[in-house]
Amino acid sequence: MSAEPGVTPAVIDAGVDAPPSERPPRGRFSAVAGWLHALVLPLLALFSAAVVGAVVIVAGNRDVVGLLESDPLAGLGAAWSIVIESYAALIRGSLGDPAQLGTALTTLNSAALIDAFHPLSETILSMTPLVFTGLSVALAFRAGLFNIGGEGQLQMGALAAVFVGFSFQGLPWFIHLPLALIAALVGGALWGLIPAVLKARTGAHEVITTIMLNFVAVQLVFFSLRSPLFQRPGRSDPISKVIEPSAVLPPLVEGLRAHWGIVLALLAAVFVSWLLFRSTKGFEFRAVGLNPIAARYAGMSIGATIVASMMIAGGLAGLGGGVIVLGTTHNLIPALGGGAGFDGIAIALLGRSKPAGVVAAAFLMGALRAGATPMQVATGTPIYLVTVIQALVIMFIAAPALVRAIYHIRAERDTGVESFAKGWGA
Amino acid sequence: MKLELRGITKRFPGVLANDDISLKVGDGETLGLLGENGAGKTTLMNILYGLYQPDAGEILIDDRPVRFSGPGDAIAAGIGMVHQHFMLVPVFTVAENVMLGVESTRTALGMLDLPTVRRRIQEISERHNLKVDPDARVEDLAVGVRQRVEIIKTLYRQSHVLVLDEPTAVLTPQEGEELFGIMRSLVAGGTSIIFITHKLGEVLEVADRIAVLRRGRVVGTTTPSETDSEKLATMMVGRAVDLVVDKTPAVPHEPILEISGLRVRDDGGHLAVTDLDLTVHAGEIVAIAGVQGNGQSELAEAITGLRALELGKILIGGHAIHLDPRSVYREAVAHVPEDRLEEGLVPAFNVAENLALNSYWAPPFGHGLSLDRDEMVKVAEQRIKEFDIRTPSVFNPVGNLSGGNQQKVIVAREFSRPLKLLVAVQPTRGLDVGSIEYIHRRLVAKRDEGCAVLLISTELDEVVALGDRIAVMFQGRIVSELKPEEATFEKLGLLMGGARPEERSVEEAVAMASQAQ
Repeated sequence: MSAEPGVTPAVIDAGVDAPPSERPPRGRFSAVAGWLHALVLPLLALFSAAVVGAVVIVAGNRDVVGLLESDPLAGLGAAWSIVIESYAALIRGSLGDPAQLGTALTTLNSAALIDAFHPLSETILSMTPLVFTGLSVALAFRAGLFNIGGEGQLQMGALAAVFVGFSFQGLPWFIHLPLALIAALVGGALWGLIPAVLKARTGAHEVITTIMLNFVAVQLVFFSLRSPLFQRPGRSDPISKVIEPSAVLPPLVEGLRAHWGIVLALLAAVFVSWLLFRSTKGFEFRAVGLNPIAARYAGMSIGATIVASMMIAGGLAGLGGGVIVLGTTHNLIPALGGGAGFDGIAIALLGRSKPAGVVAAAFLMGALRAGATPMQVATGTPIYLVTVIQALVIMFIAAPALVRAIYHIRAERDTGVESFAKGWGA
Repeated sequence: MKLELRGITKRFPGVLANDDISLKVGDGETLGLLGENGAGKTTLMNILYGLYQPDAGEILIDDRPVRFSGPGDAIAAGIGMVHQHFMLVPVFTVAENVMLGVESTRTALGMLDLPTVRRRIQEISERHNLKVDPDARVEDLAVGVRQRVEIIKTLYRQSHVLVLDEPTAVLTPQEGEELFGIMRSLVAGGTSIIFITHKLGEVLEVADRIAVLRRGRVVGTTTPSETDSEKLATMMVGRAVDLVVDKTPAVPHEPILEISGLRVRDDGGHLAVTDLDLTVHAGEIVAIAGVQGNGQSELAEAITGLRALELGKILIGGHAIHLDPRSVYREAVAHVPEDRLEEGLVPAFNVAENLALNSYWAPPFGHGLSLDRDEMVKVAEQRIKEFDIRTPSVFNPVGNLSGGNQQKVIVAREFSRPLKLLVAVQPTRGLDVGSIEYIHRRLVAKRDEGCAVLLISTELDEVVALGDRIAVMFQGRIVSELKPEEATFEKLGLLMGGARPEERSVEEAVAMASQAQ
């Protein structure tokens, strides 16, 4: 602008320069395109992980390695078949055998149906808590918080749920079951409240506090399970009393293990979606998560947002523990859930912190978990392969530049996933 | 050394940043490179400095084509760049900073040869009147001196072409004058300078030749003697430009903002505002001038409920304010914050969401917990029309809009309700001429509606053009209050730089005292 005294540049008409924005308006069509686009990276990451996993399968099989050394050609053939067999077994064990499913569906024999759907039921069973913990991490992340405390919140939710589950006798199920679920919710929420208050009041970083509270929660469960209040009479190992039948989440189909917890999980996903995108609280969460300074300038309370989002996140993870106890195990033992709380981080990452994405990612992880044992039984490939694949998928997701470099995909604008993976330095 | 850019073209996805640009700088010549934000100045300089490769075109030095694959090549070829944001290590001394990257050593152990460096710095600073202590720590230096260190750095590397990117943005008018003196001395010594700016007066003052960039193209070259501000503005914007703010004399009414004995600390716990008294009446614009970092930001934050008051009182319409931005919002106070993208907007949010950023909780948007997104979109579409926000749709992330349109989003959000007080901090920073005019018109319109306006700005043009009263802030105090007709740039510059008003004439002191009462 001019530096002449008293003279300020002005334009007669406010036809201000507007460099045409590079992005076209988003219509319905491009929304679908955006969805497909969002899937490219996770799918390529999964594929890359499967390729590396194949090397692990081969390297872990002594017979094949021996054959590769003595007769490389035959060895390659054997390597190929063991890889294909392992992955086929993994899929059969998680989704079911197509032939078996076909026969069952044509004959409609109930025993055959149960058999055929058993793998899918196991996948659903595994994914149920993962949906909750994934939502927990995703919600907190949307509010700008890294909730690494899903494991501890899950344990506390399970502890509260099992307590309510076995403590009340003679209640009708429509009171007892909701009560136990609420206990799980509250248990997790309170465990999420601690790091939230520490952060809001003192600025203590939630990554540190939530990790440490995981240890506390795990040991607290262990301690509780040895106390007379929880420990099953006549047992010396840490195991809780069994919950009353009135607190049990019933199976979806009699004869299969998948239970109504999955319905609650899907409802939770719908709720989180509403909360984030259709509620005033969610507007605050997202604003604070994306730009806390501007959020504060706009009159939002950062502290209140931290507390609210961490309590809801904790409650979700707590429900994850609750559905395991009430639907699957009906009692509590240490290390319940097999690390579902930690897997929630991976699932939120994979699902791009979107509720629908979290459900999809939980399904994938649930399938890997469910298919692992059948795979080991069928091919001798150790179940740890699944852990390796899980880890690789997440590594590839966390390093999108790597996947792009491998497949020559051009960089796009910041996708959120990347900021999730990169944001740890903050 | 003669530098020539010939037919430089650089494309980014969807944007032609540089379109067949040809420029020449001769020995001992200052070329003013003028253009609005986004005109392609920075891209061009990054190409010259080897940070980008041009898609087409070439760089010639003394008529020989050269290729720079990185800044190292450009430096070796004698090109020195002083970036807008200084590239200095604060805890290092001047000498250490200057030799960083080209350290000279002595003895077999590779000890740093500080004495030689010191001597060479002194030589350079004496030759070009660049006063600086080689052993001072950079963090202890004023901004203007840091800039000198940057210039010394380039001269130490024997640059023959010096590129200054918006060098006056961080300086007081006096420091700016000093810089121009240094530039003249350098040019007299045979150095060539490319001086990038969007300030018309500066190129007219210091450049030998002026090249104007618009939308990636050179739209004209001229010399200061052949042109004037109006012509340059027209070239820069691409259409006729009126350089005056239309404004009738203010009709002040009752006091709206009353500040007395205010004391506020900054984030580091240092006193930022001390014993400040200020009153702003309905229907007037009070402009606060001052060099950045003299407590203006903290003052604005205190008024808008973002910063605790240590002492003193702030009344808005007679009510004391609370440390709660929303309660201040409810008092019909609007705030255009200093930093658009940091404080004013959530860049990843779309236009509709940003327009509702501070009112989402109340009807028509918020009904208890539920958020009416359809209503948000509907209102946003109205605002886009009303405020002429250029965006493909309400669903476009604000971060993708131009700076001018981002600021319009803030203005649309803040101005679209009845207001008692408007606090605008640097409302036109980094905007192009057209957007600046637009914002100014809106501010004056708010004043004419009877709103009290507090404008905080470091741009003297803006302060003088808009202020019905001008207060100068220095080290947390208002050191002087002037009428616009008595506020010359020189006087304001001196006051902003800390000259005490007592040193002024008796008549003025008396006038001030009577104003203060």
